[in-house]
Amino acid sequence: MLNRSNMIYLYDGSFNGLLCCVFESYDQKEMPVEILAPDIPQATLFPVKEIMTDPQKANRVLVSIPKKMGHEALDFVRQAFLTCLPQKELHILRFMRMGYCHGPSVMAMLANDAVHILFKAVKHLKNESHLLKGFLRFSVFNNVLVGEIEPKNCVLPLLRQHFCRRYPEERFLIFDKTHGMALAYHPYQSAIIAVEDLVLPEPDQKEQSFRELWRLFYETIEVKGRHNPRCRMSHMPKRYWKHLTELNRPQESLPISAYPGCKKLPDGGSDGQR
Amino acid sequence: MDAFHKLQILTGAAKYDVACTSSGVARKAAAGGIGSAEACGICHSFAADGRCVSLLKVLMTNICVYDCQYCVNRRSNDLPRTTFTPRELAELTFNFYRRNYIEGLFLSSGVLKNPDYTCEQMLEALRILREEYRFAGYIHAKIIPGADSQLIARIGALADRISVNIELPSQNSLRLLAPDKSKHAILGPMGYIHSHIKESSADRKRYRHGPKFAPAGQSTQMIIGATTDTDFQILNLTESLYKKYKLKRVFFSAYMPVAENTLLPAMGTKPQLLREHRLYQADWLLRFYGFTARELLDEQHQSFNPYLDPKCHWALNHMELFPVDVNRAAYNDLLRVPGIGVTSVKRIITARRTTTLNFDALRKLGVVLKRAQYFITCGGKTADGMIITRDAVLRALLSEKAWAMYNERFPLHPEAEQLSLFDEPSSCQEDVQKCLTGQI
Repeated sequence: MLNRSNMIYLYDGSFNGLLCCVFESYDQKEMPVEILAPDIPQATLFPVKEIMTDPQKANRVLVSIPKKMGHEALDFVRQAFLTCLPQKELHILRFMRMGYCHGPSVMAMLANDAVHILFKAVKHLKNESHLLKGFLRFSVFNNVLVGEIEPKNCVLPLLRQHFCRRYPEERFLIFDKTHGMALAYHPYQSAIIAVEDLVLPEPDQKEQSFRELWRLFYETIEVKGRHNPRCRMSHMPKRYWKHLTELNRPQESLPISAYPGCKKLPDGGSDGQR
Repeated sequence: MDAFHKLQILTGAAKYDVACTSSGVARKAAAGGIGSAEACGICHSFAADGRCVSLLKVLMTNICVYDCQYCVNRRSNDLPRTTFTPRELAELTFNFYRRNYIEGLFLSSGVLKNPDYTCEQMLEALRILREEYRFAGYIHAKIIPGADSQLIARIGALADRISVNIELPSQNSLRLLAPDKSKHAILGPMGYIHSHIKESSADRKRYRHGPKFAPAGQSTQMIIGATTDTDFQILNLTESLYKKYKLKRVFFSAYMPVAENTLLPAMGTKPQLLREHRLYQADWLLRFYGFTARELLDEQHQSFNPYLDPKCHWALNHMELFPVDVNRAAYNDLLRVPGIGVTSVKRIITARRTTTLNFDALRKLGVVLKRAQYFITCGGKTADGMIITRDAVLRALLSEKAWAMYNERFPLHPEAEQLSLFDEPSSCQEDVQKCLTGQI
């Protein structure tokens, strides 16, 4: 019989840590009221149990997931862990209990509350990462591409493959401001690292003129007779605008006519070797 | 002329082209190259008119020897004219792509000297991109009607998607407004491209590395509202294009008046955006929902209902097919229910394997119950307090104002009965006869 305890689990915030919480929950035959990561301090009256991350226990759980409920479910749980869903740990535990009980068909139980809430969160994560594949803007500093994003979900692991396949010969850095993480790449290795803050240098002349060209293109492409700001907002929510080159003009921006010397395209990009 | 002005002129001239999709092909960068493509396509920005910006949409040149009346670049229009050199264009594309501004290049052109010369210029730009920059991003190239088939073949080998614009939905309109183009000059290349695509995909089944030809297929576009062609004609044409030439997309563009001409709507006429929207809805029904053009419109009803979407309109005229039971109905029947789309149907089919669905569950699966509730049952039950007649459903789906306007335009009972104080015998000829002959 499952023991509905009033216990709070405290884990180290890693995926392995969460798997150990699942282990503990089965080991003790209890369901915690909350699973907390250490960086969310919460004064509580409930007894707190600290779950130590044990790689062996974590691995036992990890191996059991594809066995009991299929590889699809493992991917799903991994993605669910990246979402910004409040109390995602508890929801994942509920989902996994369902999975151990029902087997692979848990992935088809879309109308079940425990499954539905995670599906919605994962959809949000996937949507956001898809949008950011387009909305991310790189600037070139010293021949390194640097881009900044502020996503709600932890999307870097989902962006990794896309950008590594797209720019295999470039060096680039994508900084996730919300989570203090960055995806760094240089041919042909990538890593997700912790980065506290990123201060970017002033863009050089070449970079600025390409930004200016892009803004010009963006403004010209609109058909004025179909102006529809609401439609734009629903496709491209305002929270993304902050990091979009075309919607942010530098304060002391010069009008186009102030680039008279620009007789041909800024000498850019070919880097002398292509 | 500096780069800024060139870009401004050649973007301004290209913006009336609708297609900006980057879908239909998946690929990663070759070693030493740059660029990839996703099958679903990626939007990189949205312009203030709400249209997606996925590709760098420009013309090679806006100089044109043609004089199509509806076109902003027609010969007789007094405009600043300019031309990109192939290298300038390739460099600009590469640098925008590197900064993740765009998914690739959309290259169209006015006709400079003659169609062949124009195509050669475009070809050179694509060659520089693909061969010198080893660019593997998306390229959509427009074919100039009248270009040599050899050139089309070479463009198709470099581009992902190619398109020939139909522009006007009938031969008559074409003769009137685009005297330099003919139906043959448009459909000819379309047929040629279609057979080439078929050939190349058949070859690639045998030889894995056979050359690709326009792997993302071909598309076309036409202008809505510049001529008197009806929705019925346009939709029929669309359907036959999908069937005959296996087009990936047909785009519609509501005509924006760009010239004062007695043959065209006057300047300042509002573009027919709602009509364009309805056509796109119908286009989706053709491609993903198994509808045919004849089901949506016919000779008696040549235009779409402005108050109801085509699917809802169809369902209300076929109430005998509803309600369907979500727990038992087949995929194709569920697809026909207003408020249930392709994604929801797939979810319903998945979810009903493990449980019996009720209305609350449907809401979780993403079904729009506001519309769907009139057309479905869950385990034999309709939603609470539901009266399902055509009028009741219509009244519920429309606002009061729209309902009044709807009634004005589409009277439900053409010969509305005059109210009378005395009940008239309601028996008809047949009943009377039956009574008389004793066959009841």
